[in-house]
Amino acid sequence: MSATFVQFLLAGLTVGAIYALIALGFSLIYNASHLINFAQGEFVMLGGLATVFVFAAGVPLPLAALLAILAAAAVGVALYLFGVAPARGATAVGLIIVTIGASILLKGLAGVVFDRNFHGLPPISGEEPLRILGATLAPQSLWIFGVTAAVALALWLFFTRTLQGKAMLAAAFNPLAAELVGVDPRRVVLVSFALAGALGALAGVLVTPLAPTHFQVGTMLGLKGFAAAIVGGLGSGPGAMVGGLVVGLAESLAAGYLSSAYKDAIAFVIILLVLVLRPSGLFGAKTIERV
Amino acid sequence: MRLPSSRHLGLAVLAAVLVLLPLALPGTYALDVLTNVGIAAIVCVGLNLLIGYAGQISLGHAGFFGIGAYASAILVTNEGWPPLLAMLAGMALSGLLAFAVARPILALRGHYLAMATLGLGIIVSIVLSQEVELTGGPDGMPVDPFTVAGLELTGPLAWYATVAVSLLAVTWLSLNLVDSPIGRALRAVHGAEIAARVCGVDTTAYKVMVFVLSAVIASYAGSLYAHFAGWLTPDEAGFLRSIQFVTMVVLGGMASTFGAIVGAALLTALPQFLTVFHDYEHVLLGAVMMATMIFLPRGLVPTLATRCARSGG
Repeated sequence: MSATFVQFLLAGLTVGAIYALIALGFSLIYNASHLINFAQGEFVMLGGLATVFVFAAGVPLPLAALLAILAAAAVGVALYLFGVAPARGATAVGLIIVTIGASILLKGLAGVVFDRNFHGLPPISGEEPLRILGATLAPQSLWIFGVTAAVALALWLFFTRTLQGKAMLAAAFNPLAAELVGVDPRRVVLVSFALAGALGALAGVLVTPLAPTHFQVGTMLGLKGFAAAIVGGLGSGPGAMVGGLVVGLAESLAAGYLSSAYKDAIAFVIILLVLVLRPSGLFGAKTIERV
Repeated sequence: MRLPSSRHLGLAVLAAVLVLLPLALPGTYALDVLTNVGIAAIVCVGLNLLIGYAGQISLGHAGFFGIGAYASAILVTNEGWPPLLAMLAGMALSGLLAFAVARPILALRGHYLAMATLGLGIIVSIVLSQEVELTGGPDGMPVDPFTVAGLELTGPLAWYATVAVSLLAVTWLSLNLVDSPIGRALRAVHGAEIAARVCGVDTTAYKVMVFVLSAVIASYAGSLYAHFAGWLTPDEAGFLRSIQFVTMVVLGGMASTFGAIVGAALLTALPQFLTVFHDYEHVLLGAVMMATMIFLPRGLVPTLATRCARSGG
């Protein structure tokens, strides 16, 4: 393997892990409420920008990151309580409009509350790159791999080993039956929005040392995370992880070998291909609609 | 039951409003705003056929608007084509692209269709910003004026009149289509797609037809915009522009042709009066979108129409 190829692979896996975290947020909310949350990318932006500003105010980095993640979780809950829940009567198109509206609103607020400049963060453990097969890897990438894997493991344990997690799965599978055995569907959706907010913000905290953040950075990151969720199959946890890595790798390899100018288009070409060839995604269950 | 006369009445009212508006709001600036409203309204009347009547969402219609605009800009300014021919070429290209993607995409439903049209629109806007040789890239490119047989379309009033007549024509087309058997088939697709198919409606063919028609209309409006504005950037084909078109349709009222026009007027004209709130433009747009869906899920015009009918009867 040539060093350049390894370099593209490592870059693709790094950004792919970030897309995977964002895709997990899409799938969590989709499972709980059959809603596509187009504001998911704004959680990433909020996580990054809030950490930058709290850190600049003198708070230690880990605490600043934690505060930003909690704040994004709170924004997720607010989005459900004040946006999605009151619009329950709206059509599927209407709910898409609500979350797109929320996304534009959050972007606008961030531009006013924070500022409109690019901001970076110091990497967690230095900038001395590691050498792997002739390629270089920033230590931050190792943090991204580690944290994403830990999150995936934690979510798997949560959904298979805890009562709350199993209740959420039950509610996603059959809301009425779950309610009959005592699962509060409203609580399930609330927890999903909080978790999705926290996961998005975590992705933002992790990626900001590598790619500077900005109040408008959420749109593209969110759309690519959505692409990852679709590729893997909406609602599937392992699908979100694999989808994220597939989109990240494809983007990095295409940018390296085909055209860096069209890097951002790759994710959307993949989406169109997947939607035409296999609409349920790589891991999604084939659905049969009852008439 | 919709009476044929109500269709003509609506069209007559629209024509009267279009004639009276420039008298009520004189001045170059007001005419320019009105012309921009008209161009957005043309797109929205077409998009409403897709969203409101066929029940299919498109988050990428600015892509077709951009194809029309850039076809006019590139073919007229760089290649010296006659503007009318360039406009037709743009419409043909948009129509062909829409047709090519429509069949596989329109077999999808709901979120997947939203995603596919979104992807298509974003790919178009990325191509427009990356092909710098052809389009000038993100900085944009100039567009030569619109000429027919040596006559140049110039001045705010001439532009307003052209756009107003185009809007009337598109509205007339839309109202006729909605009241035709095709319109009934479309509403059947919206209401219960499978039931419609069981009754012998070729649902996919109708969806493809409306998708192509709305794309061609958006492309036509894009060509008009390119010549009217005289300067074009890829933002006109971007994601935010697509979202604005959808919001106009939803705000005015889905499945209401005049609602689409009202929505386009509100969202185009409002920012002109809110320039003092420039920093809060995004906040306001987002808040309007959310509030509309929460408080007026059916949109302005249908909700008001129902209220008037109730208090009147």
